[in-house]
Amino acid sequence: MNALTFLTLTPLLGAALVAAVPSRHTGYIRALGFGFMLSALFSALVLAFSYNRALGGIQFAERHEWIHELGVQYFLGVDGLSVMLILLTAIITPFALLASGGTLTKLNVVMMLLLETALIGTFTALNFIHWFLFYELSLVPAFFMIRSGGGKPAAVAAFRFFVYTLLGGLAMLVAFLAIQLATGTFDLVKLAAFGHAGAIDALLVARFGSLGSGGICLLVFAGIFLGLAVKVPVVPFHTWLPDAYAEAPSPVSMLLTGLMSKMGVYGFLRLLLPLFPVRMQELATPLLWLALITIVFSAVAALAQTDIKRLLAYSSVNHLGYCLLGIFAFAAVPHGLPNDRAAAMDGVMLQIFNHGLTASALFCFVAFLERRSGGLRGLADFGGLRTAAPVFAGLMGIAIFSSLGLPGLNGFVGEFLIFKGTFGLVWWAAAVAVIGLFVTAVFLLNLIQKVFTGPLSARWAKFPDLSAGEILTVAPVIALLFVLGIFPQVLIALFNKTVFLP
Amino acid sequence: MNAEAYIHLLKLLAPEAILVVTALVVLGLGLSPSSERMRPLLTRLTLFGGLVAASVLYLFSKNACILNGMVVLDPLGRIFKLVILGLGLITVIFSAASPVRRHYAEYLALILFSTVGMMLLAGTEELLMIFLALELTSISLYVLTAYLKDSTASAEAGLKYFLIGGVSAAFLLFGLSLVYGVAGTTNLRALVAISPALAGDPLMLVGIVLTLVGFGFKVAAVPFHLWAPDVYEGAPTPTAALVASGSKVAGFFILAKMLALGFGASVGMAAWSQFRPGWLPVLAIMAALSILLGNLAALVQSNVKRLLAYSAIAHSGYMLLGLTSASEAGFTAVLFYVIIYALTTIGAFGVVSVVERRRGGSQLQDFDGLHKTAPGLALCLLVFLISLAGIPPLAGFFGKFYMFSETLAASGKGANPSMLWLVVLAIALNAVSLYYYLIVLKHVFVAKPAEEERVKAPACGPLIAALALSVLLLGLFPNVLLEPLRAAVKNYTSSLVLP
Amino acid sequence: MILNATFLSAFLGVVLVLILPRRAEHFARWIALLAALAGLAFALKAFVGYDQSAGAPHFQYVTRIPWIDALGISFFTQADGISLILLVLTGIIAIAGVLFSWNVTRRPRAFFAFFLTIIGGVYGVFQSFDLFLLFVFYEIVIVPKYFLIAAWGSTNREYGAMKLTIFSVAGSALVLLATVATYAVSGVHSFDLLVLADHARVVFPPAFQIWAFPAMFLGFAVLAGIWPFHTWAPTGHVAAPTAVSMLLAGVVMKLGSYSALRVAMTLFPQGLEQWRTVIAVLATIGILYGALVALAQRDLKFVVGYSSVNHMGFVLLGLVTLNTIGLSGAVLQMFSHGIIGGLLFAVVGRMIYDRTHTREISALGAMGLSKALPFAAFTFTVASVASMGLPGFSGFIAEFTILSGSWKPFPLLLIPTGIGVVVTVAFTLRALQRSFFAPKEDGPPNPAAHHPPFDPITLAEKLGACLLMATTLGVGLYPKILLDPIMHSFGSPLMHQLIREVASK
Repeated sequence: MNALTFLTLTPLLGAALVAAVPSRHTGYIRALGFGFMLSALFSALVLAFSYNRALGGIQFAERHEWIHELGVQYFLGVDGLSVMLILLTAIITPFALLASGGTLTKLNVVMMLLLETALIGTFTALNFIHWFLFYELSLVPAFFMIRSGGGKPAAVAAFRFFVYTLLGGLAMLVAFLAIQLATGTFDLVKLAAFGHAGAIDALLVARFGSLGSGGICLLVFAGIFLGLAVKVPVVPFHTWLPDAYAEAPSPVSMLLTGLMSKMGVYGFLRLLLPLFPVRMQELATPLLWLALITIVFSAVAALAQTDIKRLLAYSSVNHLGYCLLGIFAFAAVPHGLPNDRAAAMDGVMLQIFNHGLTASALFCFVAFLERRSGGLRGLADFGGLRTAAPVFAGLMGIAIFSSLGLPGLNGFVGEFLIFKGTFGLVWWAAAVAVIGLFVTAVFLLNLIQKVFTGPLSARWAKFPDLSAGEILTVAPVIALLFVLGIFPQVLIALFNKTVFLP
Repeated sequence: MNAEAYIHLLKLLAPEAILVVTALVVLGLGLSPSSERMRPLLTRLTLFGGLVAASVLYLFSKNACILNGMVVLDPLGRIFKLVILGLGLITVIFSAASPVRRHYAEYLALILFSTVGMMLLAGTEELLMIFLALELTSISLYVLTAYLKDSTASAEAGLKYFLIGGVSAAFLLFGLSLVYGVAGTTNLRALVAISPALAGDPLMLVGIVLTLVGFGFKVAAVPFHLWAPDVYEGAPTPTAALVASGSKVAGFFILAKMLALGFGASVGMAAWSQFRPGWLPVLAIMAALSILLGNLAALVQSNVKRLLAYSAIAHSGYMLLGLTSASEAGFTAVLFYVIIYALTTIGAFGVVSVVERRRGGSQLQDFDGLHKTAPGLALCLLVFLISLAGIPPLAGFFGKFYMFSETLAASGKGANPSMLWLVVLAIALNAVSLYYYLIVLKHVFVAKPAEEERVKAPACGPLIAALALSVLLLGLFPNVLLEPLRAAVKNYTSSLVLP
Repeated sequence: MILNATFLSAFLGVVLVLILPRRAEHFARWIALLAALAGLAFALKAFVGYDQSAGAPHFQYVTRIPWIDALGISFFTQADGISLILLVLTGIIAIAGVLFSWNVTRRPRAFFAFFLTIIGGVYGVFQSFDLFLLFVFYEIVIVPKYFLIAAWGSTNREYGAMKLTIFSVAGSALVLLATVATYAVSGVHSFDLLVLADHARVVFPPAFQIWAFPAMFLGFAVLAGIWPFHTWAPTGHVAAPTAVSMLLAGVVMKLGSYSALRVAMTLFPQGLEQWRTVIAVLATIGILYGALVALAQRDLKFVVGYSSVNHMGFVLLGLVTLNTIGLSGAVLQMFSHGIIGGLLFAVVGRMIYDRTHTREISALGAMGLSKALPFAAFTFTVASVASMGLPGFSGFIAEFTILSGSWKPFPLLLIPTGIGVVVTVAFTLRALQRSFFAPKEDGPPNPAAHHPPFDPITLAEKLGACLLMATTLGVGLYPKILLDPIMHSFGSPLMHQLIREVASK
């Protein structure tokens, strides 16, 4: 069996085994789950090291016929981008489990493992239906995990998440069905080849010309875009996100922000950009405006929040907006300015990985906070925690500053490269995006100030600092924040030869 | 006629003669003062005589045709005589447990007489003999209907039957005499040769129509059906059984013969937009009305015997429909169906008679919970009623299917067979009929019984079970009856010289 | 012969069950289980042994015995890939049905006798290639349905039973009419489907086909729940006891769609061409209507009942696409919905209603069922997800294939169908959420309902549920196992003249 299939199925096996353990043995459950997650991490590391960086391109490919009549195949493989994302998944999932500190139910552990499988499946899929299967599969564990936050708001949030994302998925399905009818394949590699040659539009028109030639291409593009836009999310399709992130238990929010949002960006890089480079260039201006609105709006909204989790949720949207900015800028200028384009794309990739780490670290700290405060998480509830819990303040501060984009930490590199590239390609967009940077700085510093500085109220006098276990939990990630801030080459080398991109 | 001829006649009519002798013996024994205790003896004696007659009928198989067609013996006729005899004997067995208390011997004798009449009807091709045999049957049945002297329903039924029957006999006689007047002969075979010349003769048509009126009464077709519901409900149940089964078999048999032979050429046509005068349009209208009225009226009945009466009317309609095919295959189908129908109906009446004796009535409520008190009977009733509804794999379904197929096949090729409208009506209302049969079965199987204990199986239980089994088997393997019937019909038609 | 063994084992089971003495009546369910297992074993053996190599005949396991010469009827059974798939479906549903009826203690002999009669009739339809024989088996199923619902059912059972039966009989009457007319008009003294189909284009004049086709198709499609003649389905399903609802939704509705394909569509190709668009439109309305009405239901079983109408709409749509993709999707959906529908009814009827004695969604929501009956919640979640068409389960493949196939002939209908899919997601999720995972609110308790703690889920229920779940998952992940036999069947001349176009790949 191929290594990738093995990697995908390991967490699934873990989920089945954990499900079989009776609920009372919480210790066993967590241990078993953690064990499987670790083995997945190990496999991911091995994968990352055995990926031949010099060669680049798709490796470890595996292809089987599945439904021959419809052109659906079980086709997976990885290139640098996929490897990076698999690594991210394998790191964050156990991180989330540890961050929960034993509060997760058996259902949640099973769902986490299931989600890990679904994520790895999407990141390795090279046939659209294969991709779609895992994409949809990820909805179910996410639904249950968000619900487990308890109470009516959580149920509503989970419901909304599920429906929005499902509908987006359906839009993508219909669009790809049209593409398949026109080109005869679901194979993403082949479709990318078509796309490079700019042939997809022509094929669509040839097949469906009767329905208004220009219209059909736009419809198909819109379908795929819509699906991805809900996932990332892009304002105004983001309304499901703040509730979902806020109502879910914090460890679950780690997964949502760290990994599930990346599926959307990955989708842009795999499904949209390679297939419709010309169209993306044509629509560059509106797309860039969408990205900019996302950046600015979410930053401003974050500023207005009083609930820390909601604040971080909007911050997440904001950071992913930079990714979109980079992608759209990259697409806006298809020929020429290779340095800027490379910079933008490198920045996007780095930002994907770094944001995943940073955002999940931030939610991890929120989890710690909630545990100590008995569920309170409003900005106004805290103050002066620096005095009571210096280690906590210090480590969380590092994460916050990384999110802010302080040089030396990982958050800086990605954002810097994106801005560098964008400024060269579409300078006005970069200029507007800077507003986002400012506002981000404002609300993050506000967060630090409200929570950590200032007088310590009597209520929090006994605020316990981080325990040894908690420090051990966050230490690896914090370390990574530094490492990647100083040596980003480690990552860049990985995805330098990413395939598909024009 | 000389003595030789008489002895020859007696030999040919041996089964009927044996039955008459048995009836007389039973009558004689019935005069004795201890007739009450002699009930079982009388029953057994009757059955014995019947069995002897049946074996004589079965074993001595010579074809003959004497006295200008008054007495005719051939394989087809023999089959039907056997069937009629069987039905008569089954009626006798049911009578053993019937509410008839007084004059039991006369009751048995009358059953035998009407059976003789029906057998004679099956073995003749001469118009006068037809009338005679019909009268013998009918008069016996009138008396049998009014037999329960302390029941006003029985008396009313008998009177109605007699009055309406008398009027229809008049119609029949008038019609037959007109036919004779025009054709100059009373022999049906002779009519075969003459009828083409008479086709379209108005007097002939009037004669035919009047004859059909007479027969319409006999088989309870609309609009000559008015006696049927009251007779079926009011008469003692074994009588109703005989009326429902035996007289139908005999009636349809002789009607088919008459239509095929005597009136062959005056067929006419009854397609949806083309009507030509003849007997076919008359039959078609009678069939349509019977099917409609029979099924619709049955929907609202609360007495099972009355429901079966309307069902009988509807079934007459189906069989008349079969006769409109005017083809050999079609007539074979009708003959097949009438036998199946007779078996089914007599079985259903058997169950009803048992329930009536236990519960004192035959309303729907009296059948409640039969599945608990008498599961075997309930199952048999299920078989009978579902067969009447025309649901596979029972014989009733195949019979109807065969009739409808042959009717359509005979009525012309092309996009729209001419009798399509009638078949559509029949199939539609047949679907409706399932409703009222299911209502009865709902009471039997779903409702709770009044008392819970199981009752001992009745004496005629095995007979009813045998009937149910035969209905099932004939549904699965209809060839058992169908092939001999087809062969006999083929044999019969080949012996005719048809124009 | 192996095909005949399927229904023979069922009928043998009927006889054995009926002759059990009163004292031993609880053995009835064991006999039924054995008969069901035997039936499935035979069906599976035939399915596995179906030779799909290129030169192999399309119809295999032929049995032909002359039966009634007077009408040219023979006992003619055989199977192609499509028949075999549906035979296997029947076997699976039969076993699951018996398992979920393990707790029937009132008159079990009669119950299982009627149950096995239906199973035998269904087996028979799927293998009959003589029109008369097919009709006989088709009708055998009708009467037992009535009794099962009227005697062992729940809400409004006598009315529901009669309505269902009358609709079925009305449909059958149309079919009977068309059958008899076909025999008369063809002039061929035979009811052999292959012979009649050969004659189809030549002998049946278009003027005949234009009414005979809708009569035959509609007659069958009533049983398949075509809109607007579907109204028996929700009432009947709700009134029926669990096993019967499973049978009804699982296989009996498939009788209608299968026969429509096998008989109506192959016998009257010109009639089909005329009426094709009408049927497609009705099917689409059914999809949308079923979903919209399900959204408004307060009784959980009604939701499932209307979802059956919705799913069968997909089958009918797939049938009239007349290309290999759409038709294979239709057959796949027949199988898939059979399993999924069975599973849904099993949970709602047996696991939930038998314990809570209520099916009101709001009442169920207040009981905290996800904690009280976790296995039921899990099963219903799986069933809901499969019913929604989530990839990985059989429903996705089936619906996706049908939609792919519908694109060319009916492009405009994809829009309402797509909306129907969306609404399906909505109502399924709503039902799942509100019944099992509603946040606990303290409302007034429903006086008729029972409340937790409940009896635990029995082994029989678990086995039945796992069987069904495994099947839908297996087919969802490996649809080739069904698609290959279907594709092989399309090579036969009977199907060939149906398939107008090779779908673009």
